Amino acid sequence: MEKLRQFEKPTGFRDFPPSMAVKKRLVEQRVQTCFERWGYREVLTPTLEYFDTVGAASAIPEYKMFKLIDREGKTLVLRPDLTAPIARMVSSVLKEEPLPLRLFYHANVFRAQDDSARTVEFFQSGVELVGDPSPEADAEVIALAVEALSACEISPFQLAVGHVELLDGLLHERVKDPQVVDQLKECLGVRDLVGYQERVARLNLSPEQEELLLLLSRQRGGKEWIESLRPQVRSPRVEAAIRHLVEMWEVLEDFGASRHVVLDLSLVGSIHYYTGVYFEGYALPSSFPLVSGGRYDRLPERFGRPTPATGFALKTDRVMEASPAADQGRERVALVYPRAARRAAIRRAQELRAEGKAVILHAADDPDRPPEIDADRIIRWGEGEDERDG
Amino acid sequence: MNGMDELTIAMPKGRILREALELLEEAGYPVEEDCFETTRKLTVPLPEAGLSFFLAKPGDVPTYVEYGVADLGVVGKDVLMEEERDVYELLDLGISRCRIAVAALPDWRPSLHPRVATKYPRIAGRYFLDKGEQVEIIRLSGSVELAPLIGLADRIVDIVSTGRTLRENGLVELETVSDVTSRLIANRASYRLKSGSVDRLCSRLASVVKGEGVRT
Repeated sequence: MEKLRQFEKPTGFRDFPPSMAVKKRLVEQRVQTCFERWGYREVLTPTLEYFDTVGAASAIPEYKMFKLIDREGKTLVLRPDLTAPIARMVSSVLKEEPLPLRLFYHANVFRAQDDSARTVEFFQSGVELVGDPSPEADAEVIALAVEALSACEISPFQLAVGHVELLDGLLHERVKDPQVVDQLKECLGVRDLVGYQERVARLNLSPEQEELLLLLSRQRGGKEWIESLRPQVRSPRVEAAIRHLVEMWEVLEDFGASRHVVLDLSLVGSIHYYTGVYFEGYALPSSFPLVSGGRYDRLPERFGRPTPATGFALKTDRVMEASPAADQGRERVALVYPRAARRAAIRRAQELRAEGKAVILHAADDPDRPPEIDADRIIRWGEGEDERDG
Repeated sequence: MNGMDELTIAMPKGRILREALELLEEAGYPVEEDCFETTRKLTVPLPEAGLSFFLAKPGDVPTYVEYGVADLGVVGKDVLMEEERDVYELLDLGISRCRIAVAALPDWRPSLHPRVATKYPRIAGRYFLDKGEQVEIIRLSGSVELAPLIGLADRIVDIVSTGRTLRENGLVELETVSDVTSRLIANRASYRLKSGSVDRLCSRLASVVKGEGVRT
């Protein structure tokens, strides 16, 4: 094995120098303010989880997990997401708390990549709304995502919203073989619209039915697009899904958030995980989604508390990249003093700190040799305003 | 988001380029091959069409598109299958038609420890796994036909269009792994945020492809 060079980090892990750490904190504070204003409460979960519990329940595929073995031989994973741990928490630590629960988190998550140079440790800030199946709940998390992105001064952005149950229902109404339905959904899942359209063409449907299935892969729009599907509905399941999505859209209109949203039924997310609404948010210059989320009604029951749930995770790294936001921050003042005046200088520093300044104390007995200090302003003891203390 | 966004398109150098430019021209975009050939530049802006092109190695096109330095790209299905990049595959352009095939010398017999040489290790690996056959994949970057002749591998997986190269080297085609044509691909964010321009280009190309039927 090649000898490690001293600067090396495990592949895909990063250092955050002060400039990046500041931006990360800024984004987290802004979105946290939104989350708290909407009544969400912060939770923390462990960095390590058992593979058999949280790992197996996660939307993230097993090959993307970092695994370790504990002393008893049990397989551990570095948490690949927060949704499964929070579902565990809701079903155990919080099992006496009445539903619905509104929870949020800031956390790092770990995902191994094939492409070895890519980042494997990400930061996420997200919310989970557990115990509410209504269109209002779906709209709430989408509207909250809109508010969080806006709070980071990201503009323009777009949230694309699909509905896994509606897509599945429309496909099953027209395609008898469930395996073919799975193949069609898998094509959409990997964004292979060509493969989807080829498979639809091979189904020998009537021209109208074929056109409808083709439209699902490329049509994007608002409430009208979903309502236009109504005459084609053949099952109560699809009817219910359409009603849910249309109502959700109307709630989004009431929130004033619908102008950021486009409905796209080809969007499926992680196929066996989401159960209804699924959404992704985009803004330039990021080429990858800044946020993704949706309804995962089957997850909480895996931990023993069957209840519907929805939520999203902001990809903090990409939000940082897309957000022009910058805080003035506090002024950094360096107070350079001769050792003889140390006690008074420390007192003065405390006063300045109480005023909200960042104060760096620097002892220098030779005033002619200016120290190299990273500060906005240097105050030399005995000069200007500080004479009164001297 | 208003449908007037400029699009950057990654084009593969070589064979596919000429046919793709013909399609774009038929679709009403003022691209001429000259723009690409009279200059050695790697980027070709076409402001009047709202397009800007750059030339890349075919195998790199999906990477450029996934990372969003190109909104769109034109690339063979073989490269898409091998690279498995996270991009939208929007349209089968029907050009540069060929196939990925398994080939060997005519007297080839199954061996105990089969070796397969290929430029497409992922495609080949998956193909043989699906067939229930465990093989050793040897990755080569060119002249794959040579491998059976000099005893490096007993079979190869490679692109075949006319079959001439195989014949000239005395190889026979055993099985087709996949048919291949060139595809229009899009970056995930561009597909959303520049949907007006992307949809227009895609539907114009789609009608050219349909109108002309299958081209060879």
